[in-house]
Amino acid sequence: MKRADALRAIYSRLERSIVVTIMGAVAAELQAIGHRPNFFYLQHAMGLASSLGLGIALSRPELQVIVLDGDGSVLMNLGGLTTLARYRPENLLHVVFDNESLLSVGGFPTATSTGSDLAAIAKAAGVPRTASVRSADDLGRAMDEALAARELATIVAKVEAVGPSGFVTDLGLLENRFQFARHLRQKQA
Amino acid sequence: MPVSVANSRVIYDALKACGIRLMSALPETWLVHLIRMADDDPEMILVRLAKEEEGVGVSAGAHLAGARSAMLMQNHGFLASINGIVSCAQLYRIPLLMLISHRGEFGERDPWQTEGGGVTEELLRALRIPFARLEDPAHVAPRIRKAETLAQSANRPVALLLCRDLMWED
Repeated sequence: MKRADALRAIYSRLERSIVVTIMGAVAAELQAIGHRPNFFYLQHAMGLASSLGLGIALSRPELQVIVLDGDGSVLMNLGGLTTLARYRPENLLHVVFDNESLLSVGGFPTATSTGSDLAAIAKAAGVPRTASVRSADDLGRAMDEALAARELATIVAKVEAVGPSGFVTDLGLLENRFQFARHLRQKQA
Repeated sequence: MPVSVANSRVIYDALKACGIRLMSALPETWLVHLIRMADDDPEMILVRLAKEEEGVGVSAGAHLAGARSAMLMQNHGFLASINGIVSCAQLYRIPLLMLISHRGEFGERDPWQTEGGGVTEELLRALRIPFARLEDPAHVAPRIRKAETLAQSANRPVALLLCRDLMWED
């Protein structure tokens, strides 16, 4: 499966949620499908997207938060999986696009290319629901099941190591950040 | 353990008075009472971390979601958080209220704590993070309040150094 196709397949679920993505291809591809004020793209600080999603989920239990993570980023913050599992907010869904590669910086292989299994690591960290999927249909199904169960889940979606030709988009980082914060404030009002 | 309960309480109450409702923490000796106070407080969301840099992400999420937060860490935790501070909090103009136990100054008996103290203030200056030292309980509440005010108005990280004279009763 290509990540861009998977994003299109799950877009309707993202529209309804608060979405935090990592930098690079995921952010560019989601913006190409359609940016929304409920989408925040953490364009640096690799590893912290899941922590940022945790901060939102714990502060605002009424919101459904979806984090779109990547294998390179998760590998930079494996301890964060234990923190997610420790608090296991039922309103947090953690999707990891695993292309076994640091695609945005030259395509060098990550440790998932040599057998490290992020779904198994998440399960061993204590995340109550984990899955590994290889098709867009299975990803959508696994997300629906996790959302219906109201249970913290880490879903690893194995994707091809292909992405857009560039990663800089028209959306300014601070424009995105203030728009997103305003959106969350308005949802509170 | 001669960590000051009374002064930990002064710090905790000052944080509560600022409207802090989420704290991330990684335990260290000087922070034990503060972490217990947060744990015992039903109004406080305490996030126990595996590594301090996660706290930058947690605080960023809390801020974007409209909640005020604070980070409790040792100065070595600050050292471990610097990439997150720069590439999340500074890049995205996120206010962080960092309470950093300032180990390694005069009076430090633990040999393993002696290196970090010497670089902490210089690194804060290099990162252009405004900071104040907390040494006397009389100035704790106003300095915490003013630090939080600046963090919120500037949308930037600020730091308070929890110093030996405040935290430790020899």
